[in-house]
Amino acid sequence: MKLALRQLTDRAATEGLLDVAYAIADSPFGPMLLATTPRGLVKLSLPNYDPDETLEELAARISPRVLEAPGRLDDVRRQLDRYFEGKLTEFDLPLDWQLSKGFRRRALRAIDRIPYGRTRSYTEIARSAGNERAVRAAGTACGANPIPIVVPCHRVLRSGGALGGYGGGLPMKEALLELEGVLGRLE
Amino acid sequence: MPPFQILLDEHAADVMAVLRGAVGRTDAEDCFQETFLAALRAYPKLDDDRNLRGWLLTIAHRKAIDHHRANGRRPLPVAEPEDLAGATAEPELDEGIWTLVEALPPKQRAAVALRYACDLPHAEIAAALGCSPEAARRNLHEGIKRLRKELA
Repeated sequence: MKLALRQLTDRAATEGLLDVAYAIADSPFGPMLLATTPRGLVKLSLPNYDPDETLEELAARISPRVLEAPGRLDDVRRQLDRYFEGKLTEFDLPLDWQLSKGFRRRALRAIDRIPYGRTRSYTEIARSAGNERAVRAAGTACGANPIPIVVPCHRVLRSGGALGGYGGGLPMKEALLELEGVLGRLE
Repeated sequence: MPPFQILLDEHAADVMAVLRGAVGRTDAEDCFQETFLAALRAYPKLDDDRNLRGWLLTIAHRKAIDHHRANGRRPLPVAEPEDLAGATAEPELDEGIWTLVEALPPKQRAAVALRYACDLPHAEIAAALGCSPEAARRNLHEGIKRLRKELA
């Protein structure tokens, strides 16, 4: 049966019927759900989120043709593993931005340009997204980031250097900044 | 619509069992692929998600019929009402029994699968198998008799 199911996902992909492929990947913080469309990585769901709810959301917002197809996420998983080991400083992955629109998408694009081991303030992100006064909205954009870690919203801090918030919980944000060698510099 | 993976998780084993019964183990693999590819194709436009299992089994039964037809067995034109008296006397089948069904001779196996898994009336079983309704009924009857004996 396993083989039959794998053949099915392969054929579905070949025939353009696999709109969203997903996999559950281990991480130092717990299992994460990764999802890709033919265009690229569209969703990374942190361990504290319910994967079933995420799949429902993907089915509703992108397409109900959602299939578990771990092979389609091998590259994403490999790069994440190396990132968590501290051996990868820049993700080289095609991204699908369709889950973010307007100002939020512009803010996330700005966040995507923050280099490894560097930080920006919510104000700076708001400015890059075209509206310096929309600081709260920049915070909301971070909170609604569909592809955290890869789009590094953990590198966005309050203007004074306070951590701000994080969808995966503040300890995770701290751990990621520590991994990137940022926290030592902040203290 | 729920994510399609849920349909696979919940019903793939049943669909496979039904197809093994209807067309045999070897050809069931192909019919399985065809069934779920057809389902995937149609899924986004489906407007009723209340009986997804029934929907999948209907597609599976169509694929099984296609398979029998492609194998050169010409279906006979039949328009007989279903033998309802027989249906009540026949035993309830559950999923565990499909391994026994698989072991039946091909025609009996197909008749049993089409009757109970796909819920086809005798006339349609006859059409699917390319035999007369009498022959379909006989195969079904013989298959059930054999299953009863094995279960006794």
